[in-house]
Amino acid sequence: MTTATHTAAATDTSLRSILTVAFFGIALLFAASMAGSETIHNAAHDVRHAAGFPCH
Amino acid sequence: MVVSAVFAGFVTAVVITALQLALLVPLIQEAELYETGALVHFGEAAATAAEPGVVQDWGRNALTAVANVPTYIAFTLLLVAAYAFAETKGIRVGVREGMAWGVAGFFVLQVLPGIGLPPELPGMYAAELRPRQIWWVSTLILSAGGIAALVFGRSPLIWGLGIVAIAIPHIIGAPQPGSFGGVVPPELAAEFTARSIGVHGIIWVVMGALTAWFWNREKAA
Repeated sequence: MTTATHTAAATDTSLRSILTVAFFGIALLFAASMAGSETIHNAAHDVRHAAGFPCH
Repeated sequence: MVVSAVFAGFVTAVVITALQLALLVPLIQEAELYETGALVHFGEAAATAAEPGVVQDWGRNALTAVANVPTYIAFTLLLVAAYAFAETKGIRVGVREGMAWGVAGFFVLQVLPGIGLPPELPGMYAAELRPRQIWWVSTLILSAGGIAALVFGRSPLIWGLGIVAIAIPHIIGAPQPGSFGGVVPPELAAEFTARSIGVHGIIWVVMGALTAWFWNREKAA
């Protein structure tokens, strides 16, 4: 019983950390590909064109 | 997970920076000469004008190199999360499997959205930005879901749904410009599009493999 609870908790934590990592990946991808700030746009301009992100 | 993603993303950023500077950035900068009117490819002017060449701007190239780091770490974060999730389902991801995941990522991020919105140079006609971004993001989500259904689904129904998900954005169609009239020579645009897709084919396989390699090392540590 104790073992079962422990395993369930461990799986839960790892699923949560997987989702957290995926969330940061998506947030970073949005910033890199679509953030409209002039500074970010200029820095990422050639990267966006090269990767085929819809740019301007 | 984060440590593996940061290392794999950084190494990928170094590789993509070299490929961009060698193959893609010179074409972007040449296209900008047409965009600004410094070069014209129609009529008498093109034949007689002394053509200004592309001058490497190392400050700008440094920014490109820096911007590559978060961009490709974003992809490696998503890859390592996918690997870790697959492992909770008993699917092992070694370096070879990582290459296959990379190919899937290449289809999701480049091939499938590229069918509707090919990588474009500055100075080309395109539809309004917002609808293109909406179509692009929707296509990424549907393509990723569709490919996952095809690879991991266990019934014809799931496979069918996967094919439908992949096809929907292309049946609706990407926003297209109302007319053509870009100032960039078509030869340059075609070369750029082909190179962009080719470079990213290479980079996704490298990135999928690197992420798996770093992830397996992190787990063993």
